[in-house]
Amino acid sequence: MKRLRITFSKGEELKYISHLDLMRAWERLLRRAGVPLAYSKGFNPHPKVSVAAPLPIGVSGEAELMDVFVEGEETPARIREMMEPQLPRGLRVVDVREVSAEAPSLQSELRFSDYEVDLATPLSREAVESRVKALLAASSIERERQRDREVRRYDLRPLIDDIWIAEWNGGQKLAMRLRADVGGAGRPDEVLAALGLEEYVKRIRRTGLVLEERG
Amino acid sequence: MDRILRKVARPGRYVGGEWNSIVKDWRENEVRLALAYPDVYEIGMSNFGLQILYDLLNRRDGIVAERCYAPWTDMEAELRKQGIPLFSLESRRPLADFDFVGFSLSYELIFTNVLNMLNLAGIPLLAAERDARHPLVIAGGSACYNAEPMADFFDLFAIGEGEEVILDLVELYRGAGGKGADRTALLRQAATIPGIYVPSLYRVTYSQDGTVKEVTPTAPEASPVITRRIVKALPPTPTMPIVPFMNVVHDRAMIEIQRGCTRGCRFCQAGMIYRPVRERSKEEILRTANELLANTGAEELSLVSLSTSDHSEIEGIVRELAARHPNLNISLPSLRIDSFSVALAESIQRRKTGLTFAPEAGTQRLRDVINKGVTEDDLLKTAEAAYGRGWSQIKLYFMIGLPTETMEDVEGIVDLARKVKSVGRRHQGHRAQVSVSVATLIPKPDSPFQWVGQERPETVRPKQEYLKQMLRGIRFSWHDPESSLLEAALSRGDRRMGKVVLRAWQMGCKFDAWSEHQKPDVWLQAFHDEGLDPAFYAYRQRSLDEVLPWDHIAGGITRKFVAREYERSAQGELTPDCRSGKCSACGLRQLGAGC
Repeated sequence: MKRLRITFSKGEELKYISHLDLMRAWERLLRRAGVPLAYSKGFNPHPKVSVAAPLPIGVSGEAELMDVFVEGEETPARIREMMEPQLPRGLRVVDVREVSAEAPSLQSELRFSDYEVDLATPLSREAVESRVKALLAASSIERERQRDREVRRYDLRPLIDDIWIAEWNGGQKLAMRLRADVGGAGRPDEVLAALGLEEYVKRIRRTGLVLEERG
Repeated sequence: MDRILRKVARPGRYVGGEWNSIVKDWRENEVRLALAYPDVYEIGMSNFGLQILYDLLNRRDGIVAERCYAPWTDMEAELRKQGIPLFSLESRRPLADFDFVGFSLSYELIFTNVLNMLNLAGIPLLAAERDARHPLVIAGGSACYNAEPMADFFDLFAIGEGEEVILDLVELYRGAGGKGADRTALLRQAATIPGIYVPSLYRVTYSQDGTVKEVTPTAPEASPVITRRIVKALPPTPTMPIVPFMNVVHDRAMIEIQRGCTRGCRFCQAGMIYRPVRERSKEEILRTANELLANTGAEELSLVSLSTSDHSEIEGIVRELAARHPNLNISLPSLRIDSFSVALAESIQRRKTGLTFAPEAGTQRLRDVINKGVTEDDLLKTAEAAYGRGWSQIKLYFMIGLPTETMEDVEGIVDLARKVKSVGRRHQGHRAQVSVSVATLIPKPDSPFQWVGQERPETVRPKQEYLKQMLRGIRFSWHDPESSLLEAALSRGDRRMGKVVLRAWQMGCKFDAWSEHQKPDVWLQAFHDEGLDPAFYAYRQRSLDEVLPWDHIAGGITRKFVAREYERSAQGELTPDCRSGKCSACGLRQLGAGC
């Protein structure tokens, strides 16, 4: 049994497809591709596929990570070839490589998610910058989130690592690095709401995932 | 659009782009059909009939078929606010730009959604208010066997199996010059196609007592009786169905292994209107399964049929499928009550969760009345086999409100459920579970019970209460009498009921099948406003010589046969399945449909 790490992008076309739905789509496309999936043991065997971190609905991703366990001798390059013709519009494979089957799970190695946000705002760069500065300076940012029928109150601040302006005159772009580990994950829409920028958001994409560096 | 999709729940319902969905360019001289289902995406995507038509139409050059489903209320509010007309999933074009908008009408509680969708599309609701500039609004599906309550809204109905008639219709439309062709002339021509019912070409008159007096054609093209279309051989099952991203209701690959059922249960409309029985061969099923799985990557395959255990080669089919596809889940809907079915289920189910059987009635007497050829012994042996082989859960379907039913029959349900449970206890101890689901009979057109009055809530409720009391320790579910009334009234309504549907929609009714949207009081008001009484349609016992609103729409079986079956039911006389040898003279043979 081998463990393959797949880097893929989830484009604008698929950004309204939920995480669970995307997982199901992956399993089906891997089966269509004839990739020899390894199945879990038990009464209800299912393929061993896991994604590093769910993407919020409405957000696209440029370098998402997923591990798949496969049987057989096919090389990562060959597996990639098998997948290509089965990819729905909006899904692209960026890289396929083998990683140690014993390595810790993607979820446990994940530390940060990087996001980039396209804005369309009449606010000046300075105004946005000062909001960012104020937010980063706060010791806590209390937020409320509707979850099913419950309202959950939580502190957003510890989930933010950094926020900065990536570009302004060539197109207003805000970037952020948010915590994403077993202790919690920051949501970009929540950060934007805390900045009072939600009405100016054109597009949000996750540009990358940061795993723990291992020696 | 982005701005809207960000605000609504489950935006995946509205974006399309699924694997195997077909997006064609819109070229000149193409005929474009929007295939619509009047409920949300997850339900509409599970409709097998529309999947078949989508595949069949898009295979042809010069035809474009796209999908559209009812937007949920949050999306509807956004569309209305932004002034965006209802659009198709594939090309995101407004429905009004299509040549045809075709709805699948599988049952009555989705009628108001049809009106809501047309309104959202900016298409006039009434056929009489549409002209050559508008799409032809058409419908097919089992609710069309009584099309009358929806007659005002549709230009035409396709009665029966749609695979051939839809192509006939497209050809006729093309020949007439396509969009812009004179609507009246087009409809009169369409009426000459077998199986096409153009309601505007008929006049309905009523008697003093409120029943239908006569339905008469008003144009030479309109035939006095429209007989349903039947395809001789089963057309191939689509092997490239759309693979939805979302978790839809039937989220699995499907092969129709058999169409039609001749067991002749007297409450069952499907058992009447899908005759004759046509089996798909084992070879074709296995080949189709290979293609389907390769094209979809599905983890589950359903062998669709009205009575799966009745396929003559089912054992071999299931054995082969399980051997060839070791990780595939195979589902067998509608199993017959016998140990053969249990053995069949055992050969494929890795996880023995539950088995479902439908004895339908609690006593032998009543099971004979409804022609359900099953004995208590059959059921208990089946339970014995199921619990004995490791299943811990059996679900039983029953009906109440059946003709001639007495309290004794209701007690019989309790008795049977307890006996099944004690069989379970013996094999599985406290793990053994029985659940009982009791529906209220809704007499449907073309079934032998089409003349029967639906039982009133005053007497249904005590029966439900009794069952609730007596079935302690057994999971019990039942139907709400209010929505049963609406469904019963609509399913046997006449043409005047169109005004009630319109009125109900105007007063805010939609998604009538969704408990959070049910508005029984508003419906009653709508009936009242239009001077009609739902009880007249739902609860009234008809006499055999009454002209029924749907008599001119023939399901292929003769009225004589249906009446005979009704009379035999009163005597408790069984009519054996004609596959066992004796022809029951249902009328299909005369149609030349073969049987």
